[in-house]
Amino acid sequence: MPTDSPPVISDAVARAIEAHRERPGALLPILHQIQDSLGYVPPSSVPGIAEALNLSRAEVHGVISFYHDFRETPAGRHVVKICRAESCQAVGAEQLVEHACRTLGVEFHGTTVDGAITLEPVYCLGNCALSPALQVGDAVYGRMTPKGFDRLAADLRKGR
Amino acid sequence: MIRVFVPRDSGALSVGAETVARAIAAEAAVRNQAITMVRNGSRGLYWLEPLVEVETPAGRVAYGPLTVDAVPALFEAGFLTGNKHALGLGPTEEIPYLKKQERLTFARVGITDPVSVADYEAHAGYRGLRQALTMPGAAIIDTVITSGLRGRGGAAFPTGIKWKTVLGTTEQQRYVVCNADEGDSGTFSDRMIMEGDPFVLIEGMTIAGIAVGATQGYIYLRSEYPHARQVLEEALAAAYRGGYLGGSVLGSGKRFDLEVRVGAGAYICGEETAMLESLEGKRGMVRFKPPLPAIAGLFGKPTIINNVISLASVPIILDRGGEFYRDYGMGRSRGTLPIQLAGNLKRGGLVERAFGVTLRELLYDYGGGSRSGRPLRAVQVGGPLGAYLPESQFDTPIDYEAFAGLFAMLGHGGIVAFDDTVDMARQARFAMEFCAIESCGKCTPCRLGSTRGVEVIDRIVAGRDRNGNVQLVRDLCDTMLNGSLCALGGLTPYPVLSALNHFPEDFGLPAGALAAAGR
Ligand SMILES: Cc1cc2nc3c(=O)[nH]c(=O)nc-3n(C[C@H](O)[C@H](O)[C@H](O)COP(=O)(O)O)c2cc1C
Ligand code: SF4
Ligand code: FES
Repeated sequence: MPTDSPPVISDAVARAIEAHRERPGALLPILHQIQDSLGYVPPSSVPGIAEALNLSRAEVHGVISFYHDFRETPAGRHVVKICRAESCQAVGAEQLVEHACRTLGVEFHGTTVDGAITLEPVYCLGNCALSPALQVGDAVYGRMTPKGFDRLAADLRKGR
Repeated sequence: MIRVFVPRDSGALSVGAETVARAIAAEAAVRNQAITMVRNGSRGLYWLEPLVEVETPAGRVAYGPLTVDAVPALFEAGFLTGNKHALGLGPTEEIPYLKKQERLTFARVGITDPVSVADYEAHAGYRGLRQALTMPGAAIIDTVITSGLRGRGGAAFPTGIKWKTVLGTTEQQRYVVCNADEGDSGTFSDRMIMEGDPFVLIEGMTIAGIAVGATQGYIYLRSEYPHARQVLEEALAAAYRGGYLGGSVLGSGKRFDLEVRVGAGAYICGEETAMLESLEGKRGMVRFKPPLPAIAGLFGKPTIINNVISLASVPIILDRGGEFYRDYGMGRSRGTLPIQLAGNLKRGGLVERAFGVTLRELLYDYGGGSRSGRPLRAVQVGGPLGAYLPESQFDTPIDYEAFAGLFAMLGHGGIVAFDDTVDMARQARFAMEFCAIESCGKCTPCRLGSTRGVEVIDRIVAGRDRNGNVQLVRDLCDTMLNGSLCALGGLTPYPVLSALNHFPEDFGLPAGALAAAGR
């Protein structure tokens, strides 16, 4: 493990590597576990993962950057993913996105100044019969409206 | 004890099923009323979610869409004995949307407790596997071939033929991989199966493993589906405990192990070879074919790759016979298709019907027309790579060949409806944009053509050299159609060209420009 990373980070990374290194195709499970525990995949974790899996650092980094899910920097306290795919478009997703960007004062991939919310696009949540849809953590919301969004954002800011 | 059913399906949860479940439990406690709450899958009548059912001597009775506020009044009205209430829907099975369906693959979804093997067995579960365990692998495969089942993930390749190729290889180590990436917009049938009846998928994969002698299976699940993952993990644990998975499946001495692997938000990983790369821990880059995955797939070994619905249709085929399944459907599209109604419809949901039902029946009889009350103008069938169909094509039957004949595709059976406020130039632009965002980058027509496509459509919309730029889009589409390695680049022209051809006025072209432009 790189010695310059803070102990919590290196602990979480070490645990993830230990949990999965013997599995075939271990890299994605390792990256997922790191991101689940830290909220992102710190660049400092790359050398340790590469060594454990006998890969080059470039290969590990290539995988992290290929997948939309993996972040290399921390996000806000909550990541709000708004669906911008066709079924949601058909019932107002674009207006919802505009509303969200305006009221939060961010663009997609941005984080509000108070650090509460990071806004991300997503392409279908499988909730198309109840479009427009969005996701916060594991929770999915359907038939979302601008008003409903304001309530949700306020709740998230209060830390609920 | 009275059984009350409140779905744990993520669609139902997205409109409040969890708080309704808690309110019902709390109200029952206050009233000293003992109930058993079953967290079932969704019946697929999403506009009625949260849809709660009560089991009565006369069958199950439905109420919905429920809100927390309505719960005390429901108890007051006596809903636990199926009494009338303003939100009452009557006997669930009599709701026309459901009654007029032919549910084979979805036979148990919404009915059983998704994580109870006992409930699964009580509803004809594991009969297909028991049957398969008495048959040689080749006979299992012949049954699947007889059924006429074609892959429900999009390409519609005959499932049994694929299995036969795997069986015919000489390698000892083989794999079964379930494609649960369900990336197509407007689709959710895979999710509903995984959340509502995971054992039918587990059983289908086990049968596939037994048929070709594969001992390890993987379910490659998209990360956007955490609820499906939770239900699958619970079901897998129960299946291991009960001896349905592991070293000796149902005491047969045959091994089959199964685990869930989670993707990381990349549409291209639904393409089967990109999915294999991802399972191996790499970037999701599409592989050149040949070799087919059936010959050299996961870790270079022969691999069955099938969509969730394909695999979940196998148990009933083994249980009831290939002919039983084949007798549904039309032409070369045999059996049933779980169709997903989405977008701007009053009654979005899941409709499983034999092939042959028309788009119009689905959109109006089931879907109830637009949610907005405005006329429907276009539907996109088959996900983000599927064509847009205008009203004049609504009489097309759900049939692979009928759609292919229209330069369209059925894909995974998702139907997204748009009313007359839709701007088809925007939809065409989005198709190109989506391709640019999700391209794996391996081939130029897809990687660069899509980015180029966005720019050129912008110019058309802005009115700059319209005719020249329309020609340019058509040329780009030709290049993508013919020069792409996989269907992401290869099919993005479908939504683009269909929008252009059927709705030229949205691009600032005279209506009827289609005739002049060909196609
Ligand atoms: C860009 C792209 C995305 C795809 N996404 C999926 C998907 O999400 N789920 C799926 O089952 N098949 C998907 N497919 C089709 C698979 O490549 C493959 O044909 C399918 O998994 C085979 O299973 P089946 O024969 O049971 O349909 C996709 C194909 C392409 C080109
Ligand atoms: S068509 Fe696009 S997604 Fe498919 S292999 Fe080529 S670059 Fe990759
Ligand atoms: S398109 Fe938005 S949830 Fe499916």
